[in-house]
Amino acid sequence: MKNSLIALSRDALGSLRDLTPIVLVIGVFQIWVIKQPVSGFVSLIFGALLVLAGLTFFIFGLRLALFPIGENLAHSLAKKGSAFWLFAFAFVLGFGTTIAEPALLAVAAEAAAVAVDAGAIAATDEAKANYALGLRLVVALSVGVALLIGVSRILANWSLPVMIIGGYILVVLATTIAPSEIVGVAYDSGGVTTSTVTVPLVTALGVGLASSLKGRNAMTDGFGLIAFASLTPILFVLLYGTILEWI
Amino acid sequence: MDLILDALKFVGNSAIDVLPIAVFLFAFQILVIGGRMPNIRQILVGFGFVIVGLGLFLEGLEHTLFPLGRLMAQQLTNPEFLESTRLSVTGVLVWRDYYWVYLFAAAVAFSTTLAEPALMAVSIKANAVSGGAIGVWGLRVAVAIGAAVGVSLGCFRIISGLPLQHFIAAGYLVVIAQTALAPKIIVPLAYDSGGVTTSTVTVPLITALGLGLAEAVPGRSPLLDGFGLVAFAALFPIISVLAYGQLAVLRQKVDLSAIETDDLEEEEDHAF
Repeated sequence: MKNSLIALSRDALGSLRDLTPIVLVIGVFQIWVIKQPVSGFVSLIFGALLVLAGLTFFIFGLRLALFPIGENLAHSLAKKGSAFWLFAFAFVLGFGTTIAEPALLAVAAEAAAVAVDAGAIAATDEAKANYALGLRLVVALSVGVALLIGVSRILANWSLPVMIIGGYILVVLATTIAPSEIVGVAYDSGGVTTSTVTVPLVTALGVGLASSLKGRNAMTDGFGLIAFASLTPILFVLLYGTILEWI
Repeated sequence: MDLILDALKFVGNSAIDVLPIAVFLFAFQILVIGGRMPNIRQILVGFGFVIVGLGLFLEGLEHTLFPLGRLMAQQLTNPEFLESTRLSVTGVLVWRDYYWVYLFAAAVAFSTTLAEPALMAVSIKANAVSGGAIGVWGLRVAVAIGAAVGVSLGCFRIISGLPLQHFIAAGYLVVIAQTALAPKIIVPLAYDSGGVTTSTVTVPLITALGLGLAEAVPGRSPLLDGFGLVAFAALFPIISVLAYGQLAVLRQKVDLSAIETDDLEEEEDHAF
């Protein structure tokens, strides 16, 4: 109990340090550049305390739950020696955490508005909802596939740079054939898929897997899963836009 | 009272986001792996902290950083403000006149990236896995510098109207060259850092900045040009983290030569 409290207060100090730059940036711009008074000072102070407490609790819980559970499962799966269950786990983790991602919901809705504006779909709510749902499914599928490929890479010891750079060459090629209004959306969807809860789990999965396999290095083989998860959505969304245009 | 209700709502939403993942992990453990999960109590308590922490964090951001950041993005891209701070003398605004936007973009991207919980998670893990060779703070500062340069350059792209894919393709050419030169141990981590910068804290703010800018600059459409900043924020940290690895190697070489000339000085472990 006492140790936990010490750990918690150390995390709180860390959070305080991590949040100070934001306060400085906002303060300096507000006072020197914009020069307009800010309303609701009490609410700001209270909100800042919530941010501090929230970040501290999250980091504390991360060490207690997300890292150990991700690594335990990776070790157990490696020990079990069943490639099928490992692949199933990786795919469902990627697909399941992405389909419900709030940032993706926002991007999908905006993307539907772009598509209407470009005349790609009809300006009805139904068409927009369908388009947004289609986009979310495509992105979630792409993250599931990304973790599949990433786990295969760890198992088979393929070269990460070759795969990632090859992937981005495909992205550049797909960009040239994709309709121009989808390009910005596609590039942004790569960034929004990797959420705060997914990243620690996926990192723990990769590192846990690499450290339980013989001849793998946790540093050079364990990382890289997130790189795939940021690449495949771009490619899949570009292809989705291209296919929709053809139909 | 409202704040307490709000807090409950945010914690509830965060529970809705996190619980399905937790249920999936537990179900997988029980049905596929079999047997009891080690440290089950610790893990349940940890999930509680993650849910409450994430909820409070997001609620706090909604009360502070998000409204302030969005308001500032609007104010800095306001035509009156731009007119009053312009560098060029007459005529339409040129790209140089938006200098406050570039500075704000860099400062906001830098500071919000440092506070990004996903990046902390990766840094903590990288530090542990590398046996302390990769510093938690050093890695995060490297990523934040990359995000700052990226978002600033992304704003320049919106203002200048140059095509997004040219910048991205050029960026990846730099990444290819650096991959060949950088120490192997840093490469996978660098590729991962691109994805983790753009998460909970950074994305809402830079999206607001991009949309505000695309509305303010004549001839840009918010729908077509407002997107793309996240892509910049995801690309440039790869470059900066690879550079961080290259610098660490260079620094180590310098240190080694210093040790050769003065062997009384104790050797320090300067790898990363």
